[in-house]
Amino acid sequence: MSERFFPDSMPPPLADTTTLPWWQAAAEHRLVVQRCTSCEHTRLPPAPVCPECRSADSDWKEVSGRGEVYTYTIVHRPIAAGQELPYVIAVIALEGAGGVRIISNLVDVNPDEIEIGSPVELVWEDMSADLAIPRFRPMGR
Amino acid sequence: MSRPRAHIVGVGESRYTRWGKIGDVTEHALACQAIQRAVADAGLSMDDVDGLASFAEDRNEAVFLAAELGLPALRFGNMVWMPGGGGGCAAISNAAMAVETGQAAVVVVYRSLCQGQFFRFGTGGMNAAAPADPEPPKLQQAKSLMLASIGFSMPYGLLMAAAAYALPTRRHMHLYGTTSEQLGMLAVTFREHASRNPRAVMGGRPMTLEDHQASPMIADPHRLFDCCLESDGACAVVVTTEERARDLAKRPVEILASEQGAPKGYAFGPFSNANIADELYATGGCEEMAGRLWSKAGLGPSDVDVAQLYEHFTGCVLMQLEDYGFCKRGEGGPFIESGALAWKGGSLPTNTHGGSLSEAYIHGLNHVVEGVRSLRGESTSPVDNAEVCLVTSAACVPSSAILLGRR
Repeated sequence: MSERFFPDSMPPPLADTTTLPWWQAAAEHRLVVQRCTSCEHTRLPPAPVCPECRSADSDWKEVSGRGEVYTYTIVHRPIAAGQELPYVIAVIALEGAGGVRIISNLVDVNPDEIEIGSPVELVWEDMSADLAIPRFRPMGR
Repeated sequence: MSRPRAHIVGVGESRYTRWGKIGDVTEHALACQAIQRAVADAGLSMDDVDGLASFAEDRNEAVFLAAELGLPALRFGNMVWMPGGGGGCAAISNAAMAVETGQAAVVVVYRSLCQGQFFRFGTGGMNAAAPADPEPPKLQQAKSLMLASIGFSMPYGLLMAAAAYALPTRRHMHLYGTTSEQLGMLAVTFREHASRNPRAVMGGRPMTLEDHQASPMIADPHRLFDCCLESDGACAVVVTTEERARDLAKRPVEILASEQGAPKGYAFGPFSNANIADELYATGGCEEMAGRLWSKAGLGPSDVDVAQLYEHFTGCVLMQLEDYGFCKRGEGGPFIESGALAWKGGSLPTNTHGGSLSEAYIHGLNHVVEGVRSLRGESTSPVDNAEVCLVTSAACVPSSAILLGRR
């Protein structure tokens, strides 16, 4: 199931061969983090080398999509035509991801009720056939 | 054996205006004007200049400016990689290294900015007023490392600096109880300093804390008056050796120490550093660099008589105050509230020109210009007998800083 939260005019992501597997997983509605197969350190965004042990070997670990709000901002200026205001950009600390945080949006939320530390869950927004963007909403919404 | 010490011997600028107001002069012509004024201020001739340095992906390449200005020979053409305003003091540092090692004799550091003639920062080339793309968005190929990196912030609408730097500031508020009013006091203080500065774009626009609190919310907690100006203008700083500095037009200012710094994982700051260490997130990321700076100069925060601290946003200044050790971690808000940053009666008069919040946003090189003036006794908000000035370039993003000393 997918819902739309942002207009088609939202800036699309760009990927290179290092980051492309992450976007391919997202298109299949799998939220993954990159995991070093040498030292188990997890990381986002994807990068060619583990910043801890400098190994170039890695795989992709799927995470639950649950997490909590680490910080956020309520934005009152549009970045895309036809966008509803305000919108919320948040950093989410992902559960079971080895401490990895992800920049995303909080949707389906009353901006006045956002609190750092509050639990959130993943919701996919299918922008087009091959592009899905992970966003988050308050848990159990 | 003592090594040669670099000195700043000249400063200059064009007129400063609001964003997009300089259309009759090109950005590179404005750069030439600022460079010529700084060289004249030093009592030097353009024939003496053999180095040019800039930062922030300056569009005005040194090789073209050298040709336009008729430099007899360009021996040192240099660009800093610290992003945006983070490179201002680093460019001074590079100029200092060049003259101290004999790579060049006289280096001019410059920055020219006419955003109206090109594009506006923070839009990523997007225009919110443009008609919606009839095609659904698709994944696109990133043709640079930068574009692949912002692929993880752009689809969420994180393009505007006011939103990016709101993220660490909001967490600082959560951890330490920092308030919007404390941020507002900082903006009001710098506006007061601008009131005496004829160059200041906002010089004739007094601001009260009520005005700050009534200003529109841009990206919570950033209100309009928490954000730096967007300006057109250019400025320049002339760096040479101690020996050369001795018999020039103005009192030289010594570069006591300079440092650049990016903590582990910092990349492009809050656009891309969501995974830096937890203890670093609600800081300016300058603490380690500040330690190196103090140690190199044999000085500490209590030795600073006047400070020119880069302000892209009020919260980033607050976090710098903690990083550089002017107050303890988490106490930046009460420190500002105490009036410490005020020209009159403050323990650390800061941004005596009005800063990027009230003088102009020239990517912080105007903070170096003011740092020099404050030690020459030329500031419009002069600090009596000031001997040491800290100038910083950015925070919450890879940054740089210099300590200047009166001679």
